[in-house]
Amino acid sequence: MKEKQDAKVTAPSLTGRVGGGSFKYFPHTEEDLQEMLKTVGVSSVHDLFADIPEAARFGRDYNLPQALSETDLRLFFEQLTAPFNTQQLICFAGAGCYDHYAPSVVQNIIQRSEFLTSYTPYQAEISQGTLHYIFEYQSMIAELTGLDISNASMYDGATATAEAAMMAWDNAKKATRLLVAETVDPKVRRVVDTYAHFHGVPIQLIPAKNGSLDREVLDQELAAGGVAGVIVQQPNYFGIIEDYTGIADAVHSQKGLFVINANPSDLAILKTPAEWGADVAVGEGQSLGIPMTYGGPGVGYMACTEKLMRKLPGRIVGQTLDNRGQRAFVLTLQAREQHIRRQKATSNICSNQSLMALYVTIYLSIMGREGLREVAEMSYAGAHSLRDKLIASGKFKDTFPGQPFFNEFCLDYDGDLDTLLEVATECGYLAGVKVGEHTLMLAVTEQRTPEEIDELCEILGKVNQ
Amino acid sequence: MNRTLYGNLIFELSKRGRKGYSLPQDYDRTHTTAELPASLRRKDVARLPECDELTVVRHYTNLSHNNFGVNDGFYPLGSCTMKYNPVINEEIAAMKTFASLHPLQSAETCQGALEIYYNLQQSLAELAGLSEFTLNPCAGAHGELTGLMIIRAYHEANGEVRTKVLIPDSAHGTNPASAAVCGLEVVEVKSLPDGTVDVEHLRQLLDEMGPQVAAMMMTNPNTLGIFEPCVLEITDMVHKAGGLMYYDGANLNALLGECRPGDMGFDVMHINLHKTFSTPHGGGGPGSGPVGVRKGLEQFLPTPHVVLEKDETGESRYAVACDAVKQSSQQQGVSQSSLGSVGSFFGNFGVMLKAYAYILSLGREYIKQVGPLATLNANYIKESLRDDYLLPITGLCKHEVVFDGLRDKSTGVTTMDVAKRLLDYGYHAPTIYFPLLFHESLMIEPTENESKETIDAFIDVMHRIAEEAKSDPEMVKSAPHNTPIGRVDDVLAAKHPILTYWQAEADKG
Repeated sequence: MKEKQDAKVTAPSLTGRVGGGSFKYFPHTEEDLQEMLKTVGVSSVHDLFADIPEAARFGRDYNLPQALSETDLRLFFEQLTAPFNTQQLICFAGAGCYDHYAPSVVQNIIQRSEFLTSYTPYQAEISQGTLHYIFEYQSMIAELTGLDISNASMYDGATATAEAAMMAWDNAKKATRLLVAETVDPKVRRVVDTYAHFHGVPIQLIPAKNGSLDREVLDQELAAGGVAGVIVQQPNYFGIIEDYTGIADAVHSQKGLFVINANPSDLAILKTPAEWGADVAVGEGQSLGIPMTYGGPGVGYMACTEKLMRKLPGRIVGQTLDNRGQRAFVLTLQAREQHIRRQKATSNICSNQSLMALYVTIYLSIMGREGLREVAEMSYAGAHSLRDKLIASGKFKDTFPGQPFFNEFCLDYDGDLDTLLEVATECGYLAGVKVGEHTLMLAVTEQRTPEEIDELCEILGKVNQ
Repeated sequence: MNRTLYGNLIFELSKRGRKGYSLPQDYDRTHTTAELPASLRRKDVARLPECDELTVVRHYTNLSHNNFGVNDGFYPLGSCTMKYNPVINEEIAAMKTFASLHPLQSAETCQGALEIYYNLQQSLAELAGLSEFTLNPCAGAHGELTGLMIIRAYHEANGEVRTKVLIPDSAHGTNPASAAVCGLEVVEVKSLPDGTVDVEHLRQLLDEMGPQVAAMMMTNPNTLGIFEPCVLEITDMVHKAGGLMYYDGANLNALLGECRPGDMGFDVMHINLHKTFSTPHGGGGPGSGPVGVRKGLEQFLPTPHVVLEKDETGESRYAVACDAVKQSSQQQGVSQSSLGSVGSFFGNFGVMLKAYAYILSLGREYIKQVGPLATLNANYIKESLRDDYLLPITGLCKHEVVFDGLRDKSTGVTTMDVAKRLLDYGYHAPTIYFPLLFHESLMIEPTENESKETIDAFIDVMHRIAEEAKSDPEMVKSAPHNTPIGRVDDVLAAKHPILTYWQAEADKG
């Protein structure tokens, strides 16, 4: 049993003024309570808990702040978001979370309570809204990745990658290990390693060379056989667009799966996972206009070939007909899922990030065929312009010379990086992510104006090394 | 909704040359993606829709009309805790400062956000009667998996190989599925006819395989809405066998104010913020499934974790710990190692904001009324419907009640039919055919937010459907009649899967 509560909950320094006995979320009047208690046949609500053993009863008040009125609640959060508490920075950081343009239409529509306050669409007759947009979402993800099918979404890019790792392992008959490129985001690798450790998947890391996958090592490992799958990232963690030619054939020759974690925003331009021969594509959908919100909620996506359909984890929506002959959508292939198959399910995933899948669907409808390409072009142009300018300043060097990149890149800096980042912060800029003692990784999206790019160069140029 | 006008897929509304966005045009075009070798570029342009803004707005607005949410009407979906999702919470979560926070910006620049994160960790620990929480998991099932990883990490650190997890046969399907993903073997514990754990069977299992038992997972109140009367004995037995007790927080709402999992002897648990702490379900996510542990297990929690530390000057500041969480009590022989990470960043921060706003709105005064009011509503429904619906377990229930279909089975009207007929009357259906203990399970959870009038009206409709089952069974069996679409052909969907617009087009031939 818990001893004295030592949790230090710093109460908002505001006095609660919530009025008398009743509360805005509880409709029960005294009269209601009495009538209901009478029907149930008890004299107090606490009698409803008479079956709880005395020793398990909680006999005191929670050590929590007093109730706040709506006015005070607003004040409280306003205080916490005041600049001295939480700073909004001009963002040149990426590493898996990007500051892209979010069309106002998206935020407006996902706030519609019919979408927001509904449950997983089990009752198809009154959930066609959700089922319809998930079908559209699946179609869009399939189109971007070039693969046949997609599920209804996953928690995030990292867990989607871990699910792909388990899918490859469970799919393999005689494999001894799963290969993961060192150029995959270390945060994603950490999640894959965690899941793999407990699921019993031996992971072997394929080292990096000049920022990209060491093909020599990979080819050797593939030649040795026993590979359940290979997981790579595109563009990779350092922003480099890698050439994955030939990997698929070598993996397939031993019945393994080729998994690519791809940034879906860049797929407007870049070669698709399907074109690289991947069986499974996964990744983080946050780059499709979802606000950063300290890293979540985003949305993981997962697409695969039709052949793997029954091994795909998560919810899937299919098209069918209703008894009036109309086109309708419904959760399907549920025989894979936990509520039917229990421990034999393809995954334990139950709910996912449905509303964020709606976000992506509306975003892609608004941006469309041309808009997503324009976003990619602008991000590419901005990143290359910033890189040129920083190199020209003489203070930075390419970390991986000659490597093609999209909208994120690494530069070496001889001076103290922490100081550099602090100075930039003081000027209101998040100048990137430190990925090595002397290596800075910067990302540029279409949100960054030419003026901001120039100002960042100026700030970084002025710092004494 | 007019299906002919508005029932299209967005792709069917697309027309070449239209666009719904506007982006700045003045940028440095020195570099274009045409520089990239063709071998790195996609061959065909992605066939995303091309629509003007109004077309998109109208399309999704119309789709929303085909959905039913808590704001639309009574949603007695058992086990899902469809409580009211306060609007103020949405306002707070949408604040621009939160929306524009990058997860890798330094702790110094986001002390306010970290304070919320930290306080939510602490508040949940207090509400659960446990020592420390991680907010990293994104959903209930994700929390279960994380919790089981903690349990395995604990046994590994003790140098023990324990591979079995005991799960009551009445448990949610996610329990065994999470155990399997975590590399554990599931052993089912039988239920007694009243739906509670068969303690004798548990004793037998522990005698047989005690040293192999990693944990027992329990939902309490269980999936029948019944509080497990022997819970203290059960946690004690499993502890004596060296196993840990896992609490599935799916039904925590019932106990708010009355009882805490930690005080019942549970070691590890998850909480569904999207159930008990009022964050919206969003049609199936994003949720949040924080996991709590008792003293002595903190070091196994996943990272990142938010801590409160004192700097050189003695000033308190919030920091992000990426390594193992500090142990509050040093245990001999137990390593300091975190299980790893279960997500890219910190979890669904946007959801946490809403949950914390909810906790502050209710405060210590009103949170304690949640369980009692939810439980009163459920018992009121139980007593009011038992004349027409078969009540297999007659004692007190907690936040939800399970019926075994209509009392009069002679009409042939099933639980499915009752559920579909409810849609016609403007209600969401209860959870059906779960738990699996009964053939015609109909599981009703009203939550504390529903008024007596709402519940009375629902009770009337349930009685009316029972009447209709006798007077016009065919009409009930063919329900719903007033919904945008009729019953769907699940078999066709599964036998001939069409999962994308492209497959649908190809199928037309």
